[in-house]
Amino acid sequence: MIEVKNLSKRFGPLIVLDRVSFCINDASLVVVLGPSGTGKSVLLKAMLGLLPVDNGEALFDGKSIQSATDEEIYEIRKQVGFVFQGTALFDSMNVADNIALPLTEHTAMPSKEIRERVCCLLDIVGMAGRAHLYPQSLSGGMKRLVAVARALALDPKYLFYDEPTTALDPIMTDKVVGVMNNLKKSHTSSGIVVTHDLDTAKAVGDEIYMLKKGCINKLAKIKKELYD
Amino acid sequence: MNLFSAIGDFSSFFFRSVFISWHLKTARHRILNQVYEVGIGSLPIILIIAAFVGLVSIVQTSYQIAGTMPRFILGATVGRMVMIELGPILTALMVSGRCASSMAAEIGTMRVTEQIDALETMAIDPYRFLSLPRIMGTFIALPVLTVIAEFDSLLVSGAYAHFFLDVPFGVFNYGLTHFFYAKEFFGGLVKALFFSVVIATSGCYFGFKVRGGAREVGRAATYAVVTASVLVLMLDFLVALVIFG
Ligand SMILES: Nc1ncnc2c1ncn2[C@@H]1O[C@H](COP(=O)(O)OP(=O)(O)OP(=O)(O)O)[C@@H](O)[C@H]1O
Ligand SMILES: [Mg+2]
Repeated sequence: MIEVKNLSKRFGPLIVLDRVSFCINDASLVVVLGPSGTGKSVLLKAMLGLLPVDNGEALFDGKSIQSATDEEIYEIRKQVGFVFQGTALFDSMNVADNIALPLTEHTAMPSKEIRERVCCLLDIVGMAGRAHLYPQSLSGGMKRLVAVARALALDPKYLFYDEPTTALDPIMTDKVVGVMNNLKKSHTSSGIVVTHDLDTAKAVGDEIYMLKKGCINKLAKIKKELYD
Repeated sequence: MNLFSAIGDFSSFFFRSVFISWHLKTARHRILNQVYEVGIGSLPIILIIAAFVGLVSIVQTSYQIAGTMPRFILGATVGRMVMIELGPILTALMVSGRCASSMAAEIGTMRVTEQIDALETMAIDPYRFLSLPRIMGTFIALPVLTVIAEFDSLLVSGAYAHFFLDVPFGVFNYGLTHFFYAKEFFGGLVKALFFSVVIATSGCYFGFKVRGGAREVGRAATYAVVTASVLVLMLDFLVALVIFG
């Protein structure tokens, strides 16, 4: 379970997060909706300790990342798969090496097993046979899928998606949403999706929150409130 | 940022990058990659530069001693000049220009495209992953490059003396070996070791510091080269004081 308590973050005079609190239960996917520039990406980064916060904390199974030591932070992060808004694939490595990196760094798997695991992950996201390509030669949607595969490498307990479907065509969006939903069914992991895309929110979310002007609110009746 | 806090920041970056737990098994591949990048990558340009350094040294020396000293002095003077000063310093400046900038640009680009954040989220320490191999790789490659550059310079200057100045190889070689002091040769290599540290650290430091976009990446590359070059010359002076002063 992840609990976010009173998370506050400002950049100079700009208050991006104002005492944001919510909770992600096990085996549920929480969606945070919000217009561009409200601080959705900042929220995800602050939760993982990538950005220093002014106040508040994010607790992963009761452990606060903001007051943890470097080693403890890394232990927590090993349980998290993060899909970045800009995918953040390593452009000096091909698809296979991108996905294999967490495995070679954190496990003692022999290289043959790693190769099999990479193939299996690429299969899950429907990118089989593209292992040798470099990120430069992939389309935006394909990069997104590879980023999902990389996030899954260590079998994380939590998945963080930052705008997984933004700027994708409807077919690619369906594909990514399909992958996310399959993962939800087959994995017992929980996660958070931030997006400004209502359809994605409805398609994958168990609970939906709205982030606006730094404050977060839970939407009770998803459909009605969204369209209001 | 004032000078002192900048120096503090720079050195703490270095210690943070190097004094860190790491395993040879996982790091070896990346260190060797950097040895290749810095060493083999710089080799052609170093060979060309060193050859011309040898030529200039022999021409200038022969002009200065013409008719006043025995000819074997050519070998002694050029040899000591190249080994104490010209070999280490010009190799280091060349590698600063080539590698410090590319390290800063590469790491800076990784910073602005969130690849460094991605490393963090994968629980991979970016200092261990990016700076350590670069610093270690340069530490190994630069002294080797320096020795190659010195050898190249001396070979070319000896050949020039033989064919154009009427100083046979034997005579040049007599001066070179007769006035060879191990302290000078190894003093030059000690300098190269210090230089390697500041070159790679500047490259990585300014890369990590990038915030923003393409323009900042470009700036970081410039700062890295300028800082590395200035530090190389300052260190050159300090080491010279300690070893030869
Ligand atoms: N490093 C930073 N320095 C200063 N301001 C920042 C920084 N990062 C983000 N901001 C500001 O914080 C606000 C939220 O940014 P954020 O990237 O979280 O938006 P977002 O909700 O993810 O938008 P989008 O949907 O377009 O991705 C923006 O107004 C942005 O200008
Ligand atoms: Mg965003």
